[in-house]
Amino acid sequence: MTAPGTARPPSVQGVTERRLHPVTPLRRAWAPVAVLAGWAVHDPDQAQRQLTRLTTTTLLVGLAVLIPAAALYGFLTWWFTHFAVTDTELRIRTGLLFRRTAHIRLERIQAIDVTQPLLARVAGVAKLKLDVVGAAKKDELAFLDADEARALRAELLARAAGFAPETAHEVGEAPARQLLRVEPGVLAVSLLLTGATWATLAAAVVVPALLWFATHSLWTVLATAVPLLGAAGASSVGRFVGEYDWTVAESPDGLRIDHGLLDRAHETVPPGRVQTVRIVEPLLWRRLGWTRVELDVAGSSNSVLLPVVPREVAESVIARVLPGVTVPPRSSLSRPPRRAGGRLPVWWRGHGLAVTDAVFAARHGLLRRRLALVPHAKVQSVRLTQGPWQRALRLADVRVDTGAGKTVSARLRDAGEAAELLRAQAERSRTGRRDARPDRWMA
Amino acid sequence: METGSPDDTGGTGDEPAWTGLPPGLLRMRRLSLVVWMGLLALASALVPGLLAGPAWAVFALLPLAASVWGWVLLGRNWRSWRYAERADDLLISRGVLWRRETVVPYGRMQLVEVTSGPVERHFGLASVQLHTAAAATDATIPGLHPAEAERLRDRLTELGEARSAGL
Repeated sequence: MTAPGTARPPSVQGVTERRLHPVTPLRRAWAPVAVLAGWAVHDPDQAQRQLTRLTTTTLLVGLAVLIPAAALYGFLTWWFTHFAVTDTELRIRTGLLFRRTAHIRLERIQAIDVTQPLLARVAGVAKLKLDVVGAAKKDELAFLDADEARALRAELLARAAGFAPETAHEVGEAPARQLLRVEPGVLAVSLLLTGATWATLAAAVVVPALLWFATHSLWTVLATAVPLLGAAGASSVGRFVGEYDWTVAESPDGLRIDHGLLDRAHETVPPGRVQTVRIVEPLLWRRLGWTRVELDVAGSSNSVLLPVVPREVAESVIARVLPGVTVPPRSSLSRPPRRAGGRLPVWWRGHGLAVTDAVFAARHGLLRRRLALVPHAKVQSVRLTQGPWQRALRLADVRVDTGAGKTVSARLRDAGEAAELLRAQAERSRTGRRDARPDRWMA
Repeated sequence: METGSPDDTGGTGDEPAWTGLPPGLLRMRRLSLVVWMGLLALASALVPGLLAGPAWAVFALLPLAASVWGWVLLGRNWRSWRYAERADDLLISRGVLWRRETVVPYGRMQLVEVTSGPVERHFGLASVQLHTAAAATDATIPGLHPAEAERLRDRLTELGEARSAGL
């Protein structure tokens, strides 16, 4: 690797390399402060003693050395980080001492996320992350100018879609048509109707109170109350803030999901990348007919498609996410045979299975119902498992593995039916791929 | 296939042509069972026998009984392993108490691996492992002859390329 000494970054075979936004080095500026604070909290006495020993001169000398050193390190890491878009790849070259070059193939892109944490919004920058199977966390471009990030996303999508390389630059953002927006009021009500929110809140009140009566030690109570309150906050307020203004739009480049009150996130999932879709129906939402829809994309950590919507709307959105798929109605799901109660009392009633021409659908859960849908084309392997107890009851489980690392199980089926299902499912997943769209969806 | 014992229930009508494992794996597992259990029996005979009197050496019967039981279990487990190469997918079936059957379409294979440890090599064995994009796919065929393992690997790779389907 040649060290770029000139102001213009080197260009290899006509590929222009670019640098990240100059505020990038500042994103780790809080780290030394956090380390110091952590040390002070961890060992208050020691910190106190060291503080009294500090004189103004040593403090100034220390700062005079530390700040330029940190600034230099930040500057150099920024200076040595380049990225370039070629016809087929995104190349990221980084590292001061240990050089690292990542070449990400564009047709392998599973999703593109542009996220803006609160401070980044203030600074007008954004980070761009490509979800590719096996990609590391550090393969994200943080930070870029917000407009540049959007333009880069459009260019990457155009190239990934298979537009001619000469025109890919000018294709620009594909037009998006908004499918739905979740109202903040509905979101708030849905969170109030979530059992987990109340359970964590109750735990945060009851457990410290009990501990107080048992130990009378303020530290013990604080040490349990703070994490519990934190969990309660994260599951209610945190979720509200994260899922605020949830907008789903459709464009030729795939699905666009925008959300967030403080931190804004914009996700794009190109066509044919969704591996599984799950419809979740918590107990208290069922009267209102609300559902939550989750999706799995290989290599992506985002999993929510719709935080809360009426079931009919959810079904119409799923029909667009998985073309040709209709959600099997509740009545078409077949329950396990009655004797399954011997293996899984009461809860066996929650299990159900429906297989249509396009999709393998399995439901489980009694209070919180979850219906998982896997298009046949996305099935990687099919397994049948049977334990001794199940064998005695002539039952078996059929498991379908998908590329997103998720396994969908149809549990407690009749053994004969399961064996038949295994054969049929293998056949369907083999043929299901035939009419799937190509990786380059515009080609 | 020249190796293995075809299952007696299969081979009719629509059933795929199952192939069992060659006896080498069973020999290896039984030998290591006998060796380890023999050492354990020796230890459990000597230690109580010398410390507490010769009558206590009957403890050695426990590992011996366990090894007889293990001998039978290993045989049953070995017999349960079988695989079938069909036109478009590979079937692997195994397990006695916990039965597992896996189907992997050739087009979904990302990687085929042939591994052979030092002990396995001594017994002339190799295992074939298939990886798909799903981490949960546990498709391994242990205890094949190295030549058969390589043939299988080459055939699977070839078929995988021809039918490649990706994610």
